[in-house]
Amino acid sequence: MNDDNGGFEPKIVGFLCNWCSYAGADLAGSSRLKYRPNVRVIRVMCSGRVDPLFVFKAFEKGADGVLIAGCHPGDCHYQCGNYKTMRRMHVMKKMLGQMGIDPERLRLEWVSAAESTRFVNIVNDMTETIRELGSSPMKSEADCDE
Amino acid sequence: MRVGVYVCHCGINIAKTVDVERVVKEISKMPNVVICRDYHYMCSDPGQELIKKDINRYGLNSIVIAACSPRMHFKTFQEALKSAKLNPYMLEMANIREQCSWVHDDVEEATKKAIALVKSAVAKAAQLEPLVENDSPVVPAALVIGGGIAGIQSALDIANAGFKVYLVEREPSIGGHMAQFDKTFPTLDCAACILTPKMVDVSRHRKIELLAYSEVDDVTGFIGNFHVKVRRKPRYVDEERCVACGDCATECRLFNRIDSEFDEGLGKRAAIYVPFPQAVPLKYTIDPERCLFLTRGKCGDSPKCVDVCDANAIEFDQEGRTVEFDVGTIVVATGYDSFDATKKPELMYDKLPNVINGLQYERFFAPNGPTGGELVMPDGTVPKKVVFVSCVGSRDKKVGNPYCSRICCMYSTKQAHLTKERVPDADVTVFYCDVRAFGKGYEEFYERVQEEGVKYRRGLVSEIYRDDDGKVHVRAEDTLLGEPIDLEADLVVLATGIVPKATTRSLAQKLHISHSPDGFLLEAHPKLRPVDTVTDGIFLAGCAQGPKDIPDTVAQAGAAAAHAIDILAKGKITIEPYNAVVNPDLCGGCRICEMLCPFDAHHYNEAKGVMEINDTLCKGCGVCGAGCPAGAITLNLFRNKQIICQIGAILDE
Repeated sequence: MNDDNGGFEPKIVGFLCNWCSYAGADLAGSSRLKYRPNVRVIRVMCSGRVDPLFVFKAFEKGADGVLIAGCHPGDCHYQCGNYKTMRRMHVMKKMLGQMGIDPERLRLEWVSAAESTRFVNIVNDMTETIRELGSSPMKSEADCDE
Repeated sequence: MRVGVYVCHCGINIAKTVDVERVVKEISKMPNVVICRDYHYMCSDPGQELIKKDINRYGLNSIVIAACSPRMHFKTFQEALKSAKLNPYMLEMANIREQCSWVHDDVEEATKKAIALVKSAVAKAAQLEPLVENDSPVVPAALVIGGGIAGIQSALDIANAGFKVYLVEREPSIGGHMAQFDKTFPTLDCAACILTPKMVDVSRHRKIELLAYSEVDDVTGFIGNFHVKVRRKPRYVDEERCVACGDCATECRLFNRIDSEFDEGLGKRAAIYVPFPQAVPLKYTIDPERCLFLTRGKCGDSPKCVDVCDANAIEFDQEGRTVEFDVGTIVVATGYDSFDATKKPELMYDKLPNVINGLQYERFFAPNGPTGGELVMPDGTVPKKVVFVSCVGSRDKKVGNPYCSRICCMYSTKQAHLTKERVPDADVTVFYCDVRAFGKGYEEFYERVQEEGVKYRRGLVSEIYRDDDGKVHVRAEDTLLGEPIDLEADLVVLATGIVPKATTRSLAQKLHISHSPDGFLLEAHPKLRPVDTVTDGIFLAGCAQGPKDIPDTVAQAGAAAAHAIDILAKGKITIEPYNAVVNPDLCGGCRICEMLCPFDAHHYNEAKGVMEINDTLCKGCGVCGAGCPAGAITLNLFRNKQIICQIGAILDE
């Protein structure tokens, strides 16, 4: 355990696309690579499926960070979903800033089905970044509704 | 909702790092959870039986399996649900193996994460809705990309099963690299004798439409219904009229003046040519980059090929054209490139004439090669001292190729044998890193060649140089004796490895399939699905997927064909109902989703003022849902509400 920040262990929600990044994360498992347990993954079919609402809900429900990972540009299983995600990132980061949440807490990464090591490095690096930022200023309890 | 949760031990794969009993205890407390159990192997027969019995006993209507990745066993458990008469989409998996127990060492941390992941799955399971699968017809035809031995084998197998095959080859002839080889290891079969009959079978097969000298431009659609655009490059020769007499080539003003690609630059050809005498289709092609008439608009007083062609087959005004067709399935068999040895400057490949690569040496032995199968150097001498250098471009991180090319040890051994056969008193040395004689009869062949007097020395070659007398030397360190060696050589053969074809990446993007870090195309599972890709209906064969020898290539090509035939023979495929749905009460008709959809699945209903989605065209990416300002679109099995509940549960501790 890292006690640099009072033993703070960030909670990070990861939205991984089914075709590239989720497969890359699976490969890290079958290769028995080790990484920090702070990212908890929700599988989506495409990074473009990640509604900005999901990101804000995650912060509302107590996430300290959100990771979105998809196929590399040009490799999208659905041709161009990841480009849509890329464009949404700018808006989402800006909105987070306005809400008083450091935009660094939201991260978009490209991880192919073969890039298990890249996935591991991203998880570890992001965990460290969020640990340094500390707990999210926007923790609240909210109900599970649409 | 009545949810049943099953936590798998996976032997010790999960149970070693995740406290399964604690997970069960925590999850049992959740609302909606009627029963929560753990079991050693959920995917086993008794494991699946357990679920089926519980569905009936407890009236479960939604199931969570906490086990391996859903990419591994989602379909397995869907079948279990089906057999218990439960809708197969009332299932959610929590990936506590690949993304939890295998990647963490600390039991406390792993258990806490596992609980969060299962909670998230239960939250989603409580929101699941039954979905109906639809069938879609399959176009009874296949596309095979690449006409080497892999593509030829796949095309013949599929065609012999009675289905139409479009075989696309970029070069003027099919045959691929195998057509360049003289003999094949370890049996020393003549490559041409076993390959050319298959090439002829392709050209004669009623079910195969051969599109040589063509390239796949675009592929759209999905399993069962791919739409393909193929660009047919102009040969400048009418294929119908050309009788392949060859008069045009011998008369061509550039006859014997252009390096032959087929002979790896050792032989010469004309500007109008067939790559090799057994080419299929046996039709001449004009090289548009070299032909005087095509590059300068003038060839003497008149092009000689036109003058001598009795069949009037030369057509300088021919233009490329695009052909379009539909297929149900695709086999990718695009092969490999030979490693470019100039990337290892210390080996002097492009500097010294008697340093050649393995594929070039192959052409020395081939009866249809530049020397007619004789082992003579361009200066007329017979090489007496021949040195092979292994692992050129393989197992070499410096050039970015950490992998073993698998074939070089054996083809060097074969070529060493052929050298001794042609020149019995030749002094033949092979510098190797490790000899990998992995196949049937390979070790025995390697032993036989050693007995024939070929010397194997374990050592990495550090440099190749020419001394003051003009003699070529190979300098290496013998790593068994621990001493430096300096060998004089009349001929040095670099056993160049296999690299992905330069065009692999762009083809992968056209087909929406992946490639591994080494650049070869990625199979869906390295052990259990070695010929599938992650895109349903697209299969891999041969070296496009990774280095392999001819027997493995032919085996994989047959397997790819069998998978393709499986789809074609069924005649219909089940479309998974992962499609987007519009709530007409919320839709404002802004049509933003229409702009976001890459598949043109959205259309605007003018009368109702709302968007509608075509289920067949929709591929279920969900991009439209994420962009809908009214929140009117959601995605089956990944509904907004389902994901939001997952978010809440995954963060709940």
